[in-house]
Amino acid sequence: MTTVLDPTSETAPATRERARRPESLAGLTVGLLDISKPRGNVFLDRVSERLTGLGATVNRYAKPAFSKPAPVDLRHEIATTCDAVIEALAD
Amino acid sequence: MSSDLPPPPLPDGLVAVVKRVCPTCELVAPVLSDLHERAGLTVITQDDPHFPAEADWVHHDDDLAISWHHGIEVVPTLLRVVEGSEYRRTVGWSRSEWEQFTGLAGLGEGLPGWRPGCGSLSVDPAHAEELAVRFSASGLSSRRVETASLEDEWEAMWDRGWSDGLPVVPPVEARVLRLLEGTTRDPSEIVAAVPPALVDCSVEKVAVNAVLAGCAPEHLPVVIAAVEAACTDEFNMHGVLATTMSVGPVLVVNGPVAGRIGMNSGINALGQGNRANSTIGRALQLVVRNVGGGRPGGVDRATFGSPAKVGFCFAEDEAGSPWTSLAESRGWRADQSTVTVFAGESPRIFADEKSRSPESLTRHLAQALQATVSPRMMLGMDAMLVLSPDHMARYADAGWSRDRFMDELSAELLCDADELLAGVRGVAAGLPPAAAGRKVPKFRPGGLLVAHAGGPAGLFSAIVGGWANGPRGSDAVTREITP
Repeated sequence: MTTVLDPTSETAPATRERARRPESLAGLTVGLLDISKPRGNVFLDRVSERLTGLGATVNRYAKPAFSKPAPVDLRHEIATTCDAVIEALAD
Repeated sequence: MSSDLPPPPLPDGLVAVVKRVCPTCELVAPVLSDLHERAGLTVITQDDPHFPAEADWVHHDDDLAISWHHGIEVVPTLLRVVEGSEYRRTVGWSRSEWEQFTGLAGLGEGLPGWRPGCGSLSVDPAHAEELAVRFSASGLSSRRVETASLEDEWEAMWDRGWSDGLPVVPPVEARVLRLLEGTTRDPSEIVAAVPPALVDCSVEKVAVNAVLAGCAPEHLPVVIAAVEAACTDEFNMHGVLATTMSVGPVLVVNGPVAGRIGMNSGINALGQGNRANSTIGRALQLVVRNVGGGRPGGVDRATFGSPAKVGFCFAEDEAGSPWTSLAESRGWRADQSTVTVFAGESPRIFADEKSRSPESLTRHLAQALQATVSPRMMLGMDAMLVLSPDHMARYADAGWSRDRFMDELSAELLCDADELLAGVRGVAAGLPPAAAGRKVPKFRPGGLLVAHAGGPAGLFSAIVGGWANGPRGSDAVTREITP
């Protein structure tokens, strides 16, 4: 962790703003990232069904290993092809 | 993080601040014990906690808080403290001074009468910056932003939008304090209201952005003067930013400061490779981006932009020029350091390898300058001409002064309006019919800035096209660079 001095006019919050939340999922592409813990796929299968029912297109992704951050190309692919992403964190 | 705690108090009476690795402190160790016995001396040791003795009158200044807060620069320092306040001090070892200071005779029998001290650990370059950050509560008022533990600090600068697209140096407090050493101005002093948001920008904010840009402390006064110059109504940084034309602030540094901070006025002066040239112009642009909020696609609407908008700054080669400098032509003295800011494009090259007379070269230059922005655009835009040493030699050999050159060039730049009327030769753009039959100058008086720079070989000069001039556009502005 590094502490730096803000070079800006400080009129925006110091914490990074979260991406804007969509009003509706209809017509959007939603990525489902399976972190590859056991049975995460079962949970995401059901989430996928529900999202499809709401009119979303679902793309499925999986991390190679739950213990490591998603590889940069996977994050890039999700960021450039999806409007929203849901990551299954739990066992 | 800065501490808001009050400075640690000194014990009353005689106090000596020492460190074991100082030979003078080692030498006077017996005197310290003697003074404790006879006068109740307290010792503050900076390194070895048991120097000169393992005793309750020896205190370890392990975080150097006492030394830093009480301005100890030399060890040993002997202090007389009365009711928590320092009354007097003496530094180094001098028997006569210590005897007078303590009122005790016979100190340090057998020791040399005098030895200089050593530097205090609290001013050791290895610690001084860190201590200043830790203890000074540093007087810097910028918001502290913590990057996350898994965040790469270089990526974090980019993610927060603070970069022009190239890597920036993370502005940690120690670096900002170090940069501020380059100026005598107070960090809180307001330099200018920076467009487009017209936010008051302090010396400190300039320094934070100068750190981002990669500046060294000695560059800071130039950056401050450039910010002052760019944020004037005359220069109109807002307009320079907002225009669809691809101009940005072009900085020309004149006077003694250029050599002092190692600026390049020679080979590749308008290019990369010199830290001052590369970072000073960039620092100004980062101030506009970060403090003023001027970003491409936001208020910056340039159709193309140009590589020069990352930062364009060079020094005039005054020593190699037979002429008065650009700054002198604008009313400044040769012994003053100045920065001139001009709204300009990237430089383009004018080649003339044949002219052997100043008249021929001047005529040819006029033809090239006539095409600046558009050959049909007259008077509305300024330009900067950077003459190379090889071209300047034509004028030096013929004994032409700057004034002679400007007069002759202006005459060559007086064009027949009939050639430039709208519709002539099938081009819709041009002068209005009312101009028919007249002579029209390309540039308004003072609208062509001429400087001398570049490497010693090459029969080229550089033309920097400008932007709309006058009250609705931008006028070049020169400011003095002060410490």
